[in-house]
Amino acid sequence: MVKKVIVEATINGDPVELLCEPRQSLLEVLRDELELTGSKEGCLTGDCGACTVIVDSRPVCSCLMLGVEAAGKNITTVEGLATGATLHVLQQKFLEHASLQCGICTPGFLMSAKSLLDHNPTPTEADIRYALAGNLCRCTGYDKIVKAVIDAAKHVADGVGTTHHGKVPRKSASEATRDMLGKGEEVK
Amino acid sequence: MHAINYESPKTIAEAVKLLAAHGEKARPLSGGTDLIIQLRAGTRRPEFVVDVKQIPELHRISFSLQHGLHLGAAVSCIELHENADMRRYYPGLTEAAHLIGSLQIQSRASVGGNLCNGSPAGDATPALIALGAKARVVGPNGERIVPVETFITGPGRTVLQPGELLVEFLIDAPAKHSSDAYLRFIPRNEMDIAVVGVGGALTLDLDDDRVVDARIALGAVGPTPIFAAEASKSLIGKKFDAAAIENAARLATSVATPIDDMRGTAEYRRHIVGVLTSRVLTIAAERARHNEQR
Repeated sequence: MVKKVIVEATINGDPVELLCEPRQSLLEVLRDELELTGSKEGCLTGDCGACTVIVDSRPVCSCLMLGVEAAGKNITTVEGLATGATLHVLQQKFLEHASLQCGICTPGFLMSAKSLLDHNPTPTEADIRYALAGNLCRCTGYDKIVKAVIDAAKHVADGVGTTHHGKVPRKSASEATRDMLGKGEEVK
Repeated sequence: MHAINYESPKTIAEAVKLLAAHGEKARPLSGGTDLIIQLRAGTRRPEFVVDVKQIPELHRISFSLQHGLHLGAAVSCIELHENADMRRYYPGLTEAAHLIGSLQIQSRASVGGNLCNGSPAGDATPALIALGAKARVVGPNGERIVPVETFITGPGRTVLQPGELLVEFLIDAPAKHSSDAYLRFIPRNEMDIAVVGVGGALTLDLDDDRVVDARIALGAVGPTPIFAAEASKSLIGKKFDAAAIENAARLATSVATPIDDMRGTAEYRRHIVGVLTSRVLTIAAERARHNEQR
């Protein structure tokens, strides 16, 4: 009999108590339990990067991490990028440079790019291409994405933009958790 | 994914107890970049997943010129690469860890997990073998030290017995004028599985440019990573020149037993072993000449 586990983590700045099955990936927990559906499921093997989130300041594939491993971690998802109605500078630049077509890969690219700028606010183009090498896009040919990140970095360097992340706009993670906990502790 | 139980012990003793209690039904979890894929695909079906990342000994990088290196089995590749001692004293192992997958993968994957996964193509393994790394394994009956070149016994298989845990790697501090290097051949710049990987470590006597010690290891050209013993021995005591390099590369090629697959033919892989061996030795020698430590 597999026990569900209570996990306490911080998601997009909110303290969250999660109830997970150990077999659930962090991606499943984010999407299915917390209704944070910005992180996308692509390959489920760590090749495409569509599920990238930031865990304790490192970019990780949330499909290759168990939800239970999130205990005590500080997690940022794409929902945590914008501050209220104000887009993060990376989101704004992706729009301006038309860095997306179908959009499935975009949340992952945004999170990898954010992680890069958090660690290195003045990246070279090579740094950017290296940092985004774990994210696949079949629409854009990458160039517009790279240009958006170069532009965003310039704005951050000029003090125009910010890489600070705000709260989850739509429904906070803790609200979503309370809803989920309300579902009861039945094991599937 | 099938249902699993998750445990996150805080000590080696607790982890070994859990692993021993569940035997073949348990599997340690480090970065999960191989294990979680295998769980999802059903190629490994443990009922108990024992997360070893909360155990301090598995998480440390401790280096001194006096005592050498203790590298915890669960240290992530990115933490390894960010460590100044690792980059300075073990550049070959560091570059191997830094080309495993994307940054997302390196943020989770560990050198210990790379070894325990048992892949013949793991990038960290030839680099560890070149350095003469020893694996400290703790089990229900105490601990044992296993040279890394004997750790993997076949594709996906290792010497670890049920209940045993890889705790850390022990590596000597580099002698004066010694260094290491790792090169991997893939048909693109980043993010692929090795067609061939070669690790090499050299110690030179700069007075007459002779080789004092040498170790060469090969990846992805046999059912397990290979310590190229003859090739390594052929260099020792010799002048480090083009003829010695060529001879070592030829001997390294002769112990490779590659297969034909989508990544390359056996013949092509044997050729690449020779090319990479020459290049790795040249890079390691260049680094060794500049290593004035001790």
